[in-house]
Amino acid sequence: MTAPNLTRAPARPATLLVRGVHVVDPVARIDALHDVLVREGEIAEIGNAGRLDAGSGAEVVDGTGKHLLPAFVDPHVHLRTPGQEHKEDLETGTRAAAAGGFCAILGMANTDPVVDTAPILGALLEAAARDARIPVGFMACVTRGMDGRDLTEMAELADVGAFGFTDDGRPIADAGVMRRALQYQRLAGRVIALHEEDMSLSGTGAMHEGAVSARLGVAGVPSVSESTLVARDCLLAGYEDARIHLQHLSCVASVEAVAAAKADGVQVTCEASPHHLTLTDEDVAGLDTRMKMNPPLRTETDRKALIDGLRDGTIDCIATDHAPHARDEKEVAFEQAPMGTTGLETSFAAVYTELVLGGLLGLDVLVDRLCRGGIPFGIPQPTVAVGQPANLTLVDLGRRWVVGENGYESRSENCCFAGRELHGRVLLTIAAGAVAYRERAFALTAAK
Amino acid sequence: MRHLLSIADLTREDIERILDRATAFEQIADREVKKVPALRGRTVLNLFYEASTRTRSSFELAAKRLSADVVNFAASGSSVEKGESLKDTVLTLGAHSPDAIVIRSPHAGAAALVAGWTSAAVINAGDGKHEHPTQALLDVHTLRSKLGGIDGRSIWIVGDIAHSRVARSNILAFRAMGAHVTLVGPPTLMPRDIEALGCDVRYDLDDLRQADVVYALRVQRERMDGKELPSLREYAARYQINGRRLHPRQVLMHPGPVNRGVELSGEVVDSPQAVITMQVRAGVVVRMAVLYELLAGTRLDSPSRMREPQPA
Repeated sequence: MTAPNLTRAPARPATLLVRGVHVVDPVARIDALHDVLVREGEIAEIGNAGRLDAGSGAEVVDGTGKHLLPAFVDPHVHLRTPGQEHKEDLETGTRAAAAGGFCAILGMANTDPVVDTAPILGALLEAAARDARIPVGFMACVTRGMDGRDLTEMAELADVGAFGFTDDGRPIADAGVMRRALQYQRLAGRVIALHEEDMSLSGTGAMHEGAVSARLGVAGVPSVSESTLVARDCLLAGYEDARIHLQHLSCVASVEAVAAAKADGVQVTCEASPHHLTLTDEDVAGLDTRMKMNPPLRTETDRKALIDGLRDGTIDCIATDHAPHARDEKEVAFEQAPMGTTGLETSFAAVYTELVLGGLLGLDVLVDRLCRGGIPFGIPQPTVAVGQPANLTLVDLGRRWVVGENGYESRSENCCFAGRELHGRVLLTIAAGAVAYRERAFALTAAK
Repeated sequence: MRHLLSIADLTREDIERILDRATAFEQIADREVKKVPALRGRTVLNLFYEASTRTRSSFELAAKRLSADVVNFAASGSSVEKGESLKDTVLTLGAHSPDAIVIRSPHAGAAALVAGWTSAAVINAGDGKHEHPTQALLDVHTLRSKLGGIDGRSIWIVGDIAHSRVARSNILAFRAMGAHVTLVGPPTLMPRDIEALGCDVRYDLDDLRQADVVYALRVQRERMDGKELPSLREYAARYQINGRRLHPRQVLMHPGPVNRGVELSGEVVDSPQAVITMQVRAGVVVRMAVLYELLAGTRLDSPSRMREPQPA
């Protein structure tokens, strides 16, 4: 069953030459200086640096000292539309994605109302065709009303254009329901993406259960709340020969369970978020509500296991779990605050700063993991190759910037990296052949 | 000191300075006129989002004995019931320029949040299960009066550690003052990894004799619902401090209010070893000392309420 098409507002195909830029693309195995010519939205030529001719009508971008990467794909974004447009809408969410270097994102279904019927999904696709700055796809719910009991019309939803199914934000607690959803995948196709959490273990927890939560007197979410369901669903997927994608893994035991399942031939993919790869529960010690997310930031041991998993491929991709919330919703006591951090605009820079500059991950591996998030959902990995649609992001790895200093493209500002100085700035994003973002200072100097 | 938000912010010297001043204030309580003009013209705002008679009246009395004006703001019957956020309440009340805000909230970190929204000095009177710093200070004060000091002493805190802000502040304060702290309670009410605070954890009272001080916590009856504890009976059988378990040389403390027959037997509450009423008395003088510490060095006429060194 082929994947549906991504949707975006009409955009003008770009014709543009990036000259003398360091291209890094793990798929095409490029790591060298080149000129890259995009003509009418397609990568037309890749030549030795300084050799390509722009031709008439092409904008010329000086890539000296900069890197050109395949643009990123994020399979886990909360666009909050319909129903919670005060947090984010399709326009602001895709604008934030473009600013983060993304060329494709998938919106989660826990909106208000939730995306559990074909008309709701259809309306969302129409809105995206009007408002989305970069190509976007949508997930639909596994269960009606996300109540964890009755399956949605998954086959019809797939026909209308759902990229996959998820009750993200909530687990599918009942193993019998989970099993039926996996069986029904034979008809509906599309991967089932899972938020793994045993709510009976999470209880009223608001952060990772450990020494920090003990000190703060905040109820904890134990890591076994996640890992027990990861293990259960890997077993169920293996038994039903179904495909699952595990969202936002956060702890050692989950990574180990996935590694074991993959070794057993289970069709399981999984993701980790930039914040779980770079922060720990020690960062929650000040009870800053921007550090409250689900799953919670865990220990340094967990973080290291996620990094190891990302490096060795146990963890397939990085996904932001971009979860915007309005300022007044987050300006409350930690235990009262909703869970979630924004992440689209900081994903690359946060992981680059902490992991690549920290010597824990190669730049090529980072680019690969940021680009392959669409694969489980049928979205091909972007690559810098002649004949491919131009999905490119131009970054200045030397540029340092303070998160939030100049505001955000997202409607919300609940970013866990706020105030941190990060390295690596996205200057230009080309998504499916059209320029979707130009960083302000870069655009001004380029115009001279 | 700008605010009192957490015992973790205090050094041993800070604690000793505050408690020395509390000792000096003790004589005022014995006078016919129990009032000094130290904070005349200052306004103390009590902002209580949880029911509290003891702590609130203790703060009120402390402020009044220092001649400050006191405004009590209780969440029930106020704009809070109309849905006003904590931030808006603090901004609104802040327009009246209080010098100090005493806040009690059911949520961890609330006092620190308030400190970010006001120019007043903020005193944490209990934030969720996080901290209750003035309780810890008055407990140390009581023990200093009773034992002279707690360096090297063994203090056992017994009961529902998980839900106790008193336990958390006291662990920090007792350890800062050189005591060794042991926590005892049912495993379902013991936070995982609490040992990281530098205390021992036990699940029975077998070696209670090792303690110099036994600090019993209040056990809320709603925990006895078969979820966290099977029954009141089993809790009392295993963890109640009674005449059989308590040694005559040991000091018994409790933050109040006591459930007689649950965490403490009636006989030990009334025994000379119990210093529970001493703790209540210490509450007023210690809170006077805290208010003095935060407010006495500030200038009345300064609109920005910038903290300045205390005049010599």
